Amino acid sequence: MADAVQISGSLRSRLTATLIGGAAVLAVLLYLIARTYAAQIAQQGQDNVLGASVTSILDAAVVRDGQVEVDFPYAAFSMLSTPADDRIFYAIYQDDTLLSGYDTLPKAAATPGDVSFDTGSVSGAPVRIATASRRMIGAELRTDITVSVAQTQDSLSGTLTEIGRNVALFGAGFFLLAVALSFWATSATIGPLQRLTRSVMQRGPQDLSPVSRPVPSEMVPLVSSLNSLMGRLDHSLRQSEDFIAEAAHRVRTPLTTVRSYAETTLQRVDKEENRQALRSMVRAIDESSRAAGQLLDHAMITFRADHLDRQPLDLVDLVQDLVQGLTPVADMKDITLRVHGDAVVPYAGDAILLQNAVRNLIDNALKYSPGDGAIDITVKAGPTPTIDVRDEGPGFPQADMARLPTRFARGSNAAGIIGSGLGLTIAQDVAVAHGGRLVLGNDPKGGACVSLSL
Amino acid sequence: MKFLLIEDNLDLAQAVMTRMKIDGHIIDHAEKIEDAIAFSETGEYDLILLDIMLPDGDGRDFLRRHRAGKKDTPVIVLTARSQVSDRISILDLGADDYVTKPFDHAELQARCRAVLRRNAGSAQTVMQLGDVAFDPVAGQLTVRGRDVSLRNKELRLLEILINAPGQIFPKQKLVDRLFSYDDDVSENAIEVYIARLRKHLGGSEVSITTHRGLGYRLDHG
Repeated sequence: MADAVQISGSLRSRLTATLIGGAAVLAVLLYLIARTYAAQIAQQGQDNVLGASVTSILDAAVVRDGQVEVDFPYAAFSMLSTPADDRIFYAIYQDDTLLSGYDTLPKAAATPGDVSFDTGSVSGAPVRIATASRRMIGAELRTDITVSVAQTQDSLSGTLTEIGRNVALFGAGFFLLAVALSFWATSATIGPLQRLTRSVMQRGPQDLSPVSRPVPSEMVPLVSSLNSLMGRLDHSLRQSEDFIAEAAHRVRTPLTTVRSYAETTLQRVDKEENRQALRSMVRAIDESSRAAGQLLDHAMITFRADHLDRQPLDLVDLVQDLVQGLTPVADMKDITLRVHGDAVVPYAGDAILLQNAVRNLIDNALKYSPGDGAIDITVKAGPTPTIDVRDEGPGFPQADMARLPTRFARGSNAAGIIGSGLGLTIAQDVAVAHGGRLVLGNDPKGGACVSLSL
Repeated sequence: MKFLLIEDNLDLAQAVMTRMKIDGHIIDHAEKIEDAIAFSETGEYDLILLDIMLPDGDGRDFLRRHRAGKKDTPVIVLTARSQVSDRISILDLGADDYVTKPFDHAELQARCRAVLRRNAGSAQTVMQLGDVAFDPVAGQLTVRGRDVSLRNKELRLLEILINAPGQIFPKQKLVDRLFSYDDDVSENAIEVYIARLRKHLGGSEVSITTHRGLGYRLDHG
């Protein structure tokens, strides 16, 4: 059945992939946002210190005797010290003339009274530059002092790397947790679906009752259409079963009437010619009803063989039941049915099929046995469960042995014995359906021996 | 023995009744479940023969009601179905046995006997003829106080003869009733069983005489 279904992906992997993919995107976003935010905060810190440094230098500038004097406050640079020993550059311009500091420091335009920040590089090292200017007004002097302080970013990038590592670790942890959660969520979601599948799969072939276990609301449409499909199947199976039963009833009832009248008339008629005709009639009726019955049985077995309804059973029990049912028939020929072998032979098989197979074997033995004899049925558990049926009849003709289990084949010594040629076929089909086989043989002391091993 | 036949097909019922009467049985006939319930409540039967498909319901309904009414009259179902699963459910519902239509009367009789033997005690079927007592259900023959157990064919042959003492039965008719139709037996086969019965009956008031060209007769006294 499974090979007829086209598979388009798996819900479980689709759901898992979606959840894990989402978790990965979230983890990366989280990492980027946290890192950017950390960088901003770190930059803010450096900027504040740089700004304070610039402002303190600028505040220290005074005009004395028409000259600008800058007395560096100690704190202006000490506040900039970092664990990574970042280098500090400064430049002081009066208008456009460098008063003191490094001329390699890029000059930035500054609006008075405001500290502006910029990023540049000094001799190849990336630096953060804070610039501020102040207008000095003295006697006959009116000039703009611009102070820039720059600091390399080694300590900052060290901090940022560390924060980045921590954030990455956090993101990875978040991702792993999300993966675990998504597996759990997938299982929890798929669970009801799998339970439904199991409960449908565990059904016997005859069980077409609606699914009654509660299912999540999303699965209700699927389950209700499944139920309605099974309902229709059940209905049509029941209908065809009823039809077969009705058909059999219609055919067999008049046959029974004819047979009973023929038997009755036979008791009253004396003329040998008429008696012969009546006997032929009875035989023909038996032949046709047996063939019809065997054909139906064979059809049923072919159907059931595909859907074996295996149940634990005791083969000895099964054989004993059959023997009890067939004893009145055996009695008519004064034949004794004897059961030998193990006391209990447990086996998991389809009881209806096995009964049918063994019944056919015993039926055959009864038909071919002479009166006043015995039929021995041996049930053994090991090495494989086996049911042997041995009679005291003529045995199988050597030449026919191989073809007898084929459909409608009958032995060359079967003339005069009513049969359809389906009995051994049924027994063989049942054996094969259970993974076993049917072996025909003859007893050295005479009589046929059929062995059904499972 | 007294039978109740529950069967809606009149032709079939007639045929079965005629055949049963030949064997010396008394048989009542009901066409519907309602009639059958009425019959089984008022009459005492040794055995009920039940068809499964009836106009006013399923024969299994009768079985259920019959068993619920604490009646222990054995029931043999006449079924036209051959599905084994159906047979199992019939037996589960409390039928004692079943035969599949069309059935061999000899088989039906054999099954009736087997069922009655299992339910021994409910039916007293012993026939007394002089110093010979015969219980066809148990297959027990008592000759002058001595018990003889009969094999099946001997039993059936004696049953036929003892039901109609003084009547001559042609060999061929005895063969017809003793052997099934697929046994190819000569008329002489019956002589073996006649000889065995004579041996069992030796010294009693009952004897089997041969009427050359006509058949056998059981005489008493």
